[in-house]
Amino acid sequence: MNTLAYLVPLFPLLGFLVNGLGRKSLSKSATGVIGSGVILASFVVSLLLFFDVKSHGATIATAFDFINGGSFKIPFAFQIDQLSSLFLLIITGIGFLIHLYSTAYMHEEESHHFARYFAYLNLFVFSMLLLVMGANYVIMFIGWEGVGLCSYLLIGYWFKNANYNYAAKKAFVMNRIGDLGFLLAVFWLLSKLGTVTYGDVFANYSKLSSADMTGITILLFVGAMGKSAQIPLYTWLPDAMAGPTPVSALIHAATMVTAGIYMIARSNVLYSHSEVAQNLVAIIGLATALFSATIAIKQNDIKKVLAYSTVSQLGYMFLGLGVGAYTGAVFHVMTHAFFKALLFLGAGSVIHAMHHEQDIRKMGGLKKKLPITHITFLMGCIAISGIPPFSGFFSKDEILAAAFAHNPVYWGLGVAGAAMTAFYMFRLYATTFLGTFRGTHEQEHHLHESPSAMTIPLIILAILSVIGGFVGIPELFVHDGHLLKSFLSPVITEQEHHIEHSTEYVLMGISVAVAAIAILFAISKYSKNPELGEPAGLGKILADKWYIDELYDAVIVKPLDALATFFKNIIEKSGIDGIVNGVGKLVTYSSRQLRLLQNGQVGGYILFMVLAMIVVVLIWVNDGYLYKMFTSLF
Amino acid sequence: MIPLLLILIPLLGGLINFFLKEEKTAKGWALLISLATLAASLAGIAQSGTLSFDAAWLPTLGSSFALSADGMAKMLTLLTAVSFPVIFIATNKNNYKNTSAFYALMLLSQAGLMGVFLSADCLLFYFFWELALIPVYFLCSIWGGERRIAVTFKFFIYTFIGSLLMLGGILYLYFLTPDHSFALKSFYHLHISAKEQNFVFWLFFIAFAIKMPVFPFHTWQPDAYEQSPTAVTMVLSAVMVKMGIYAVVRWLIPIFPEATAHFDNLVMVLAIIGMIYASLIAIRQDDLKRLIAYSSIAHIGLMCAAIFAQNKVGLEGVMIQMFNHGVNVLGLWIVADAIEQQLGTRKFSELGGLAQKAPGLAILLVILAFANIALPLTNAFVGEFLMFNAVFQHNIWMAVFAGTSIILAAVYTLNMVQKVFYGNTVPSTEHAIEAGSNTRAMLIVLVIVIIVLGVYPKPMIDLTNDTVSTILAAR
Repeated sequence: MNTLAYLVPLFPLLGFLVNGLGRKSLSKSATGVIGSGVILASFVVSLLLFFDVKSHGATIATAFDFINGGSFKIPFAFQIDQLSSLFLLIITGIGFLIHLYSTAYMHEEESHHFARYFAYLNLFVFSMLLLVMGANYVIMFIGWEGVGLCSYLLIGYWFKNANYNYAAKKAFVMNRIGDLGFLLAVFWLLSKLGTVTYGDVFANYSKLSSADMTGITILLFVGAMGKSAQIPLYTWLPDAMAGPTPVSALIHAATMVTAGIYMIARSNVLYSHSEVAQNLVAIIGLATALFSATIAIKQNDIKKVLAYSTVSQLGYMFLGLGVGAYTGAVFHVMTHAFFKALLFLGAGSVIHAMHHEQDIRKMGGLKKKLPITHITFLMGCIAISGIPPFSGFFSKDEILAAAFAHNPVYWGLGVAGAAMTAFYMFRLYATTFLGTFRGTHEQEHHLHESPSAMTIPLIILAILSVIGGFVGIPELFVHDGHLLKSFLSPVITEQEHHIEHSTEYVLMGISVAVAAIAILFAISKYSKNPELGEPAGLGKILADKWYIDELYDAVIVKPLDALATFFKNIIEKSGIDGIVNGVGKLVTYSSRQLRLLQNGQVGGYILFMVLAMIVVVLIWVNDGYLYKMFTSLF
Repeated sequence: MIPLLLILIPLLGGLINFFLKEEKTAKGWALLISLATLAASLAGIAQSGTLSFDAAWLPTLGSSFALSADGMAKMLTLLTAVSFPVIFIATNKNNYKNTSAFYALMLLSQAGLMGVFLSADCLLFYFFWELALIPVYFLCSIWGGERRIAVTFKFFIYTFIGSLLMLGGILYLYFLTPDHSFALKSFYHLHISAKEQNFVFWLFFIAFAIKMPVFPFHTWQPDAYEQSPTAVTMVLSAVMVKMGIYAVVRWLIPIFPEATAHFDNLVMVLAIIGMIYASLIAIRQDDLKRLIAYSSIAHIGLMCAAIFAQNKVGLEGVMIQMFNHGVNVLGLWIVADAIEQQLGTRKFSELGGLAQKAPGLAILLVILAFANIALPLTNAFVGEFLMFNAVFQHNIWMAVFAGTSIILAAVYTLNMVQKVFYGNTVPSTEHAIEAGSNTRAMLIVLVIVIIVLGVYPKPMIDLTNDTVSTILAAR
């Protein structure tokens, strides 16, 4: 199985190279087949690996020594175990559907740009695969920064647009802030344990003092904040929708943002031993879940609503991690991958049909013209709202139950967030698909369902969004029904929590009822009378995202810019340089020879050599006179 | 014999170059000589162990013509030997008045550089140090930009002061040796009192700090880089800054271990301030060449900090980073030169949209840019990983502050990519075309080196292992 593991990242890498180098000669269909085919191949291999892990357990494949420095060795090694094989399936499976969808969605692009797009997409999957397959934190970091690079390239894919470039740069820089935290955690581990290999780190965690443990886990979490868009590093993700829509699906569902969840789930041994870090993770997660949900309520760009909903759902996953429900968080990564990929691709289908219109106020009544998109999108909305038996219900319920056991307040706030989720999703649904069409006649005339390369992925994802939750049926309904938990148990040590069955029924009932009410409210409110005007009051603050971007700009960006300008124009020019030039002028003034140099006639080297020789001769002839003078001085 | 060849080939080749009047012949000859040097360097790498050469030179002074090529010297002479042909080919289309003298001086400077990296005798080291610099004064003051005279003067003042201090230091040590010898070994065996160390240390350190350069001794550099002809700038920043770092590793740390330990925090703080300071200034630059110059200062600052962390992992990082930084910055300068030669401007405000006109150059620059910010699987990541690790081991907070430079590096580097290559075309780039095949070929070579050493850095780390242990054992 060792050699098979190498194939998983190798296929996308190959696709990247072929499409990248052959972008001028390959036809679009060849590009599409290569680009999607390599991911499908990876998926097939991932399936084989998955069943191998299921029956034979984990394996480690070491390719070569990567960095041997100081007293540590960091091998280029892959670890195929329960956690990574599950992520491999999500990444390559969803990834393949997105590639397939892209062949139709991006078809209007010129062929060399089309190839560039697929090359980037393949590289993205490659990086994400490295991230989850690595057997140590440094290989994870390679993938970690790799997905940052690819998101930069893809967000800025239409590079003529300055705003898109700005969004791309913002994504990369914000991620880098997190990456610094990750890197420091790696150094910390190396300095205390001399290794970053998962197996060795987790086996020796008891050698870490509690301060070390807290420091390391918090720094790792800083990394996760950047990659998984948590407060305060979340603002890049909504802007990241500047890229083509399938890219958003890839970033939000299959790759990139799930990396932070993966990292903490992978390090569950460390987190379970640091209460401080766990509480921080839970609080940041919960705060992000609520905060971004409020913003999503007032967004009118179809992709922006989805983007903030991703930030919010990621918050739930971190809440789960923070209260020790690692499996629940991973479970939610999985179900979220299904319905968020579905929703983004569905949004893409709408945008495609609407000729690049993204404002939902100009849509409405699309139900009839886009039947497949409509029904699949509705499935996604129900799934994310947590209505049983759709997939989102199971994973969200698991997180909320664990949160209740930890602290009932967490649960209460979590349910409030879930209500907001149901509300804004159905506001989006009702405004887009129900009511009457509000676009131009031109648009109405051209409204059409998307080609099958786009609808087939939608249908598959819709099915998964509906049934995907059945791998994690709670103990409450079926004894030993949580297949995922038992599968992951070798790598994830769950922090057990106990709630009475009766309590659990009540909690479940409340959260479902609240979501259902929010849905009905949203539909009744927006299907006939969508919000078309500009919001005012609190609505405006929400629509303007609490002015957080402006705040960052005023508090961080502007002062740094001012400091940089001060350094450049004042310190550099008149401070340091002023002194040097002053000395220079003094020398020039008092020295004829140097003035000759300044005229460019005689090289200063002559003077210099002469001076140097005089010094040597002086010392030599006087038999160490100068030396004695020196020593008498000191 | 190989160490001697590494110096003699460019030295004699350079002298001959003065007499080649035909422009094409001069360029061809210089390229031929640089390739011969490269061949000699590769032959040296192929041989294991330390290569030495020793001949009588000034026996009355206790100085001999002693050369020694251990791992670090082999690596740096390789960097020197690789850089020159790459520079010659990439800038082949550039025209200079009095071509033969230009190339002759370039080769003489190369000979000096080789000598610096190979000398095992302090007087010899000093001699080559000057031999490397003097041709650069000429190159900069004769073939430079508008402000060349003033800039060369500043450059000269800085390095002149540094050289004088270093000469004083060398002589001081010389008189301390029992047998009045300039040999590196005699210097290593000196037992210098802590008080003396604390004083003489600075004579050397300032000279090397100017050469690296480390904040606040750096202000000659952006001007010199900007005003020199680009081929000279490439030599300056790809190879010549390594003189300073090399000298700190080879001369300063082993000879003044106590002073190094005494002043380590001071120097590291200066270096880290310099990293942040230079990175911030780079963000505000409107000139491609000056941006690269400040970026380079920030990177060198990290190397300086890592050396003074005085641990194994730091030295290992510095070793490979000396090579990697040379390769990466060379690539950036080649791109800058390609743009300036074609469009006549380096100002961001006058550039934009070049990716549409020169997609090949754009892709290569993007790869170089990400190598410049040390993305994993590029060569710079390995070096920076080891060096940051070293700083972290020394002091966590220093690592945190130094670490902010990786964020700032992303900001200014992506600024550069965006302003030059992305967006819509502007009047000056409307009729731009793809960079010449020479330029692209050299960039592809560098990019391959970047990726190969980024994925598999082991040979490079192994090459300099012997030096790292020698240095650590000597102190």
